[in-house]
Amino acid sequence: MRALRLWRGLRARPVPPVRALRSAVPPRPGPQQVTAEVLGQLEHLALVDFRDAEGVERLQKAIRFADQLREVNTDGVEPMDSVLEDRCLYLREDDVTEGNCTRELLKNAREKVEEYFVAPPGNIPLPKLEDQETFLQGS
Amino acid sequence: MCFQVSAALRDGHVTPTELCQRCLSLIKSTKFLNAYITVAEESALKQAEESEERYRRGQPLGVLDGIPIAVKDNFNTAGIETTCASNMLKGYISPYNATVVQKLLDQGAVLLGKTNLDEFAMGSGSTDGVFGPVRNPWSYSRQYKEKSVPKSHSEDEESNWVITGGSSGGSAAAVSSFTCFAALGSDTGGSTRNPAAHCGVVGLKPTYGLISRHGLIPLVNSMDVPGILTRCVDDAAVVLGSLAGHDPKDSTTIQDNFKPFELPNLTDVSKLSIGIPKEYHAPGLSSEILALWSKAADLFKNAGAKVIEVSLPHTRYSIVCYHVLCTAEVASNMARFDGLEYGHRSDMNKSTESMYAATRREGFNDVVRGRILSGNYFLLKQNYENYFVKAQKVRRLIANDFVKVFGSGVDILLTPTTLSDAAPYTEFIKEDNRTRSAQDDILTQAANMAGLPAINVPTALSERGLPVGLQFIGRSFQEKQLLTVAKWFEKQVKFPMIQLEEVKRHDHGVFQHQKSASFS
Repeated sequence: MRALRLWRGLRARPVPPVRALRSAVPPRPGPQQVTAEVLGQLEHLALVDFRDAEGVERLQKAIRFADQLREVNTDGVEPMDSVLEDRCLYLREDDVTEGNCTRELLKNAREKVEEYFVAPPGNIPLPKLEDQETFLQGS
Repeated sequence: MCFQVSAALRDGHVTPTELCQRCLSLIKSTKFLNAYITVAEESALKQAEESEERYRRGQPLGVLDGIPIAVKDNFNTAGIETTCASNMLKGYISPYNATVVQKLLDQGAVLLGKTNLDEFAMGSGSTDGVFGPVRNPWSYSRQYKEKSVPKSHSEDEESNWVITGGSSGGSAAAVSSFTCFAALGSDTGGSTRNPAAHCGVVGLKPTYGLISRHGLIPLVNSMDVPGILTRCVDDAAVVLGSLAGHDPKDSTTIQDNFKPFELPNLTDVSKLSIGIPKEYHAPGLSSEILALWSKAADLFKNAGAKVIEVSLPHTRYSIVCYHVLCTAEVASNMARFDGLEYGHRSDMNKSTESMYAATRREGFNDVVRGRILSGNYFLLKQNYENYFVKAQKVRRLIANDFVKVFGSGVDILLTPTTLSDAAPYTEFIKEDNRTRSAQDDILTQAANMAGLPAINVPTALSERGLPVGLQFIGRSFQEKQLLTVAKWFEKQVKFPMIQLEEVKRHDHGVFQHQKSASFS
């Protein structure tokens, strides 16, 4: 029966108490709140809404969490896009080898006409936050 | 001692249809686990019959012929609904098979169904999908029940169940409860290894670029990999052998020739150098797991291996880095869901943009929407340098940490997989998804950051009677070495088999005498 011996390196460090409800790396207070203008801009870009104050708070927390990156010194470090950056991407010959599956692909679309996907009229910008309620109610 | 299902099929002790039927029956009895979203009963039986015909003729396609498998529901499967546990894709029937699914089917594997997950694989508990949370089979094991503190009579077993971990919780639960012999998961930040640890199964994250992602609905293109969940390391090697290799349909797969391998039975570990990264002694690591980790290090040392402490100094920033890169890539990847070509489409039709917005509001849950919005924030022109590019630079520092350590002669890193054993569901949901992910991914996602292979090996039961696993991280594309060491370790620790009532009832000698089901 092997005696249990704590590995030297691991034993030397005091174990902090388990704080199950906190993030392992606690967020720091952010520089400023996200402006309403930026919130509106984000909703427009993402075409996804915050829904409520909780959603906005979630973003604030996410930003505060991400701000920890400032602590790292990255002078002279190149950004890394991919772990396979030292290899050449595979390029195949420009030959058509598959396709002709229009019917299968259209099967999953809800609104279609012949071989076209049907969309509502474009070039109508999503209204600003304040006007959205009325806009969406009027449909 | 492994019972070899494959050999049993070859020798006719059991037929593929019998095997398939038993698994389907067991799936029905374990429905309360909520591990499966879709069970493809008809097509599975058909595949089993075809397999049986091949065995009759003495021409099985390979070791996987007739073996029942399950696939996480974010892999496209032709003719079978693929939902990603989201309203956005409810009812979506893919016109094609993901490459990995196709490869398994080409080997004759029997696809039983699609397993449950966190919505779009975002989460670490498999609790945030629209089909409800997945329950850890160990919640119902004799081992857990024996250790449970008797509660007041108002609370019963129902409220005591623990989570599977995530996001591939359904796959892990399916393998753990014997309803299939192997399952596919996906791993972006630990989504295969985390549930593997909590459910007591082997969870392999291959090197980025080894296995095709074609057909895997993407979360983070630069980190996603298909994951493999099995009951023993040998099985993982077999599945890896059938999946790895260049795919012309996924240009991020490497073009090197991949040769499937059989794992040698390592007896001499004296030439091995095991690294113990000190930063993985993270805040919140339970004393139980710390002790287990230490014991494992001793195991290697006593067997003659060189065990040294190493440092990966940027470990504590990897979770922040991941948070930024993940949300940024998610913001991009989720843009494809607009209701026009597939998936949910809102009835709103005043304008294209309002239709898109309404569709996405109706289709995505809070977690997904939160990540999209955060991601878009980090990608704004005014934030791009400070957040996204900065995170990419930190990513290089993290990857370089590993390069330095492996370059100094270390072969394999040994770390814990999770901070503790599985939490009860009622405890887990007290914190929101992002916080939980940040806590739970801390030990697993640096490997995704660097693209390295990693594997969870179930090690022992905790004081509460729940599985705890340890993680091995290897060098890029050195899966053979990684799995060889993992197999040696697995043999030493002799992780106990789950004692589940439902499995015993369906035994019929198929699962009997198994510590782990090997089909190799």
